[in-house]
Order: sequence, then structure tokens, then C-alpha cells
Amino acid sequence: MDLRSQFVSTASALVDSDPRVAVVLAEISADQFAGASATHPDRVLNVGIREQLMVSMAGGLALAGLRPIAHSFGAFVIERAWEQVKLDLDHQDVGAILVGAYGSYDWAEGGRTHQSPGDVALIDTLSDWVVHVPGHPAELDAQLRSAAADDTRVYLRIGGRSNPEAFPTHHDAWSVLRQGSAGTVVAVGPTLRNTLPAVSGLDVTVLYAPTVRPFDADTLRSTLRTPRIVMVEPYLAGTSAAHVARALADLDHRQLGLGVTDPDPHRYGTLADHDRLHGLDPRSLRQLISGFLIP
Amino acid sequence: MKSRTTSGYGELGRLMGLLTGDEKHGPSATSTLDVIWVLYDRILSITPATVDDPARDRFVLSKGHGPIAYYAVLAAKGFLGEDQLAGLASYDSRLGHHPDRLLVPGVEFSSGSLGHGLPASVGMAHGLLVRGIGARVICLIGDAEFDEGSNSEAVVYAGGIGLANLTAVVIDNQSSSHGWSGGIGRRFAVEGWLVHEIDGRDHEAIAAAFLSTAPDAPTAVVARVEPKG
Repeated sequence: MDLRSQFVSTASALVDSDPRVAVVLAEISADQFAGASATHPDRVLNVGIREQLMVSMAGGLALAGLRPIAHSFGAFVIERAWEQVKLDLDHQDVGAILVGAYGSYDWAEGGRTHQSPGDVALIDTLSDWVVHVPGHPAELDAQLRSAAADDTRVYLRIGGRSNPEAFPTHHDAWSVLRQGSAGTVVAVGPTLRNTLPAVSGLDVTVLYAPTVRPFDADTLRSTLRTPRIVMVEPYLAGTSAAHVARALADLDHRQLGLGVTDPDPHRYGTLADHDRLHGLDPRSLRQLISGFLIP
Repeated sequence: MKSRTTSGYGELGRLMGLLTGDEKHGPSATSTLDVIWVLYDRILSITPATVDDPARDRFVLSKGHGPIAYYAVLAAKGFLGEDQLAGLASYDSRLGHHPDRLLVPGVEFSSGSLGHGLPASVGMAHGLLVRGIGARVICLIGDAEFDEGSNSEAVVYAGGIGLANLTAVVIDNQSSSHGWSGGIGRRFAVEGWLVHEIDGRDHEAIAAAFLSTAPDAPTAVVARVEPKG
């Protein structure tokens, strides 16, 4: 099962089991939710191609005591409806789960209009958001279930090819995959798939982060041997740079942010083409990481 | 907080004076005054004691600009103490030029940027239905605020699903630069809303409009007041 199908499956199960949960859609994925909608027409809502309304309604549903899940492509749920995210959720101090699909360039053939490499950077201009970047359907399932059970503001970012192995955690902590002495590589969500072969044989610590906000500074610090950090993120390169700098503020350190470079390269192609374009394929990653950590 | 008292319509001018330091207020400051007064005096099931009751009616002031009349009514009805009216929008005041639900008891929605209240009210009204709560959501917008396209999204959708526990009230002081040919009520009527066009200063007409709703359609009340000067 891919990440997006897992989202539909888990969200549909949650609508079934939790009378607080309501899914709000703006046409995208409405077909996949047809079954849940037939069973729960009052809590699986398709408002048509109206993303502003979708996000504002999520705010209103939360104000009425429900737990809304609003979903579209990341470009539309976060960027098109940005003021609604900012004012109708954050400013009202109510919670919701926003779910953005297509990651940064999952549909590279579709071009810039359907890509959202800036979504996490935008969320970072607000406070108190949880940002999940699952790299495996089992992680997404656990994250969505735990998000549905509370009232926080959550962005669940669905994108990229799944990793072969899942690392679900109960406290949004990062997994320590390897320990080494030349520095630390943090792979976020689906970037682990290309990062693991890239660091094969290198003497580095490898951490895996399916959740990036809150930023797990504790695990970064407690496993730190050499204060050199490489963040590999599936959205804009350097998005977490301020968090790394804050976590290591009392240490002389160096950091490198890898991720999406030019957000609008005016190129179509495949996901793999764009991995190479941004230096996120295994070969480019190995060159960039070893060049920085092991000069 | 000092003890709260309630006072009548005749006190609103004095209360606005406490807020602004002026004795007189122009039409644009008071365009919403009569509608909001009638809502809190005769229509809405909400009191200072029930601001957290899930079953309360919700009033959403989407047109957050010029909230003096709103604050005055909240003070007259005891949601705010008169001692809180001085120092409007100063650092220590709860009352700013746009209301904040985290700061003012009884304020359901923080507004200011136009075009957010009605779409959020659609979610609120729907959420109350899902929870089996028979409360109303009444959202106040301005005729120029209706320029914002997000309102159109809400009008079409709420009309389409027949969201009967939602009422929009439009304060029409003809302040929209390009206007609404044939009247703003047509935009609601064509989407299946029950529409009342009334004099926004006539308390009996205001109350009658809010009490006349449909079982299967949202209600729009277009309240005409003097043109913005």
C-alpha cells in the first residue's frame, strides 16, 4: 500500500470509530473516500473545488467540537489557502489535521502548479504545529491515529516513495539507525530510501525523522559525537537549519541542509529525474554528505 | 473583574463614548449597532453565564472592522465590564480594532481580515448538526466584505446542502466599490437561501427577519442602512 492509500484507509477507519472525526475534501481524493462518505455522509464532506472554504470549515468544525481532517494536494491545502491556515486555525487557537499529498515533486510531470516544496517552511512561520513526514504507511497510520486522538494542529505531509522499513514511534522521537564518529546525518521521511545507500560504509551517525516538528533536539544532542550535521529533507533545502542551530547553539558546529534546491526549475519528468536535479539521488547524496563530513 | 450589569439600548451611545472618548458616532461606526443589539436582546440564546455552553447560539462578527458597536452591546449585556471599555486598543486592553476570541469572553471568532467568518460559520453550523446540538450560527458580514471570493464559496456550498441552522446577515451600507447589480440578496437567493431584505434600523423588522427561517435552507438577512459617508 502506498502512503496516500494508507491515508485514505486510516482516515476512513477513524471516521468509523471516532464520532469526533470529520474529513473535509475539496474534490481531490473524493473518489477514494466514496465508501466512507456513503456510510457517514455528515462527517465525510466534499465541498467542491473550494480550498479556502475547506480550511475555514475545518476551523469552524473544530470550534464546534469536532476533530477535522482537511486534505488536498499540499500546494492547495497549505499554499492556496494559506491565510485560512494562518487565521482560521492558528489565530483562533483551534486544532485540525491538514493532510497534503504529492510532496515536493511526486507528480513532476504536472509541473510547478502541483508541487509544494515550501509547505514546511511556511508552517514554520506559525507556532505549535506538529509536522509528520511519514516514510512508510505504518508510520502514517500511527501518526494519524495519534493526531486524531488529541486537539493539536498537525500537518501530515504525504510524499515520496515509501522506505522499505517502518520506524513508528509513540513520542515523535527520531530513530537511531547507526552510530559513527564523523558526524550526524538526519534523514527525514522518505529521503531515507536514498540516504541509506548514500552513507553505506561511511563512519557517520544516521538518525531517521518521520516527524520534524517538534524537532527532536534531544536525540540529536544525545547521539552527537562530532558537531557536524547534515539534514536531508524532502522539501526546501535548509528548512530545518534554524532548528539545528538552536539545538546546538552552545557548540561550535557546522551544518549542511540538503533538500529541494530551485523550487521552480521549469522541468517536467519523473520523480527520479527530480531527485537527481536536486541532488537527492543516492549518488549525489553520497558526494555531498561525504564531502561535507569527511573532507 | 468587577460585577457586570445589563443595560438597555438607550445606554449604547454612552458605552460607545467610553470606548472612543467621543460623544458622537458617525453612521459607519454604528452601521451594525441595531442588528447586533436586536440579536443579543431578542434572538440569540447566549448570556455571560453560557459563553462556554456547547448548546449556546453562536454569533460570528466576520466584519471585524469598527467593532465599537459590538463591544458596546457586549458591555450592555454584561459580557464585558464597563471598566474594560477605556483605553481601546492600548497594550493592556482586551479590546482592539479587530476582536480576538482569546481575549474577550463571548467573542466566538477572531476577525479582521475579511471573508473568513462566513466560511468558518459554515463549518461551525455543520459541526453543531453533527453533534446533535440545535443551536444557530449567525454571521454578520458587510456588503463590501462580500467582495472577497471566499464568501461565494460559502454561499454556494451552504445553499447546496441546505444548511438551515446558518444565518448570514449583510449590513448593506453600499460601501462596495463596484456594487451588486440587482442587490446583494440575489447572490444568496440564486443559491437557494431564504432571503429577507429589511431596514437595518427597524428593530421589529430585524427581529422578524431572524425569526423567519426555513427548515431546509440557510437564511440571509440583508439589512440596509445609510450609505457610508
